[in-house]
Amino acid sequence: MSMWKNFTKGFLRENPVFILVLGTCPTLAVTTSLANGLGMGLSTTFVLVMSNLVISALKNLIPDKVRIPCFIVVIASFVTIVDLVMAGYFQAIHAQLGIFIPLIVVNCIVLGRAEAFAAKNSLSASFVDGLGMGFGFTLALAVLGVVREALGAGSFFGHKFISGDGILVFVLAPGAFLVFGYAIAFVNRLNKMMSGGK
Amino acid sequence: MAKPSTFFNMVSTLFVICLVSSAALGVASALTKEPIAKAALAKRITAIKQVLPEFDNEPLSESSTISVDGGSVTVYPAKKQGKIVGIAVETFTLKGFNGQIKLMVGLLPRGTIDKIVVLQANETPGLGDKITAEKSDFSKQFFGKDPATFMLKVKKDGGSVDAITAATISSRAFCDAVTRAYDIYQQRFRK
Repeated sequence: MSMWKNFTKGFLRENPVFILVLGTCPTLAVTTSLANGLGMGLSTTFVLVMSNLVISALKNLIPDKVRIPCFIVVIASFVTIVDLVMAGYFQAIHAQLGIFIPLIVVNCIVLGRAEAFAAKNSLSASFVDGLGMGFGFTLALAVLGVVREALGAGSFFGHKFISGDGILVFVLAPGAFLVFGYAIAFVNRLNKMMSGGK
Repeated sequence: MAKPSTFFNMVSTLFVICLVSSAALGVASALTKEPIAKAALAKRITAIKQVLPEFDNEPLSESSTISVDGGSVTVYPAKKQGKIVGIAVETFTLKGFNGQIKLMVGLLPRGTIDKIVVLQANETPGLGDKITAEKSDFSKQFFGKDPATFMLKVKKDGGSVDAITAATISSRAFCDAVTRAYDIYQQRFRK
């Protein structure tokens, strides 16, 4: 597979959220606004890239039977670093995302990429894979965030374009499922059209 | 190819990975300790400035913390030229609709409430979140009132507070937190 294809697969063809339907817990919970979605997506991207790199570099040194605990330790370390840095330098967004930052540890996407890709592929391919998957995840969260923020709060990136409240259900849990469901349907349709309109 | 999974290989690999990870985390924690503490302090001081008139001391260094009702309340005295101009009370309630609510309540020496800001709340968007000043004028009805005559209860419970429509629980919780702040202020500063 070419590097470019490897990078772009996370956006549509193998989008972790819309196609693989992984990591739905943070996806549904934090996408009440674009800023939250981006914050969560970029934090996860950082963890994905770093853990993919380290795991790919160590893949020949880790005995098969203890590979999962090893992966988890690596991932958890990077997540904790992200958590600390955010608490120190990005207080506002850290307060918003709260518990979901430490929970990146158990995000299936991160461990999934470590196990399915980084443990079998070269350093550079794993780096590109982490970056592509991370951006795909960020893109998905941003799309959900934009839609939910626009409908639910009537604002874009925190800037109000209507007065008063929006359709509140969209910033609450049921709205998350609604937007998520429609987004999956839309992406599936898009993928079908791109693969020859069958 | 991966190393064979012998007992020694497994134990040593895990040991080394954990060792390196904890070292890295130690470094990260040491590096971010100061910014985290600073950010937390900055948040408090901004809140104190919002709820009280101008002061020139450092309320944070003169603060005292009291444990009550399963939580803790912190009192920050604000002074100007050595004279107390107000007390900021960081109070809480466990009666929120969705977890703890934390408020910073500014009280003036004569016993009236100056201003109140919400430090932390997770109330329902569109309903309970109207306790924050950006979302509605609910909290403003407390400003400048003396709790001795202004009953800190919603009207439904026989008090003087206009509750937020469809968010009586959040309104009650807000009153609960303010009452707690006022009680502590009474005990400590008006003997």
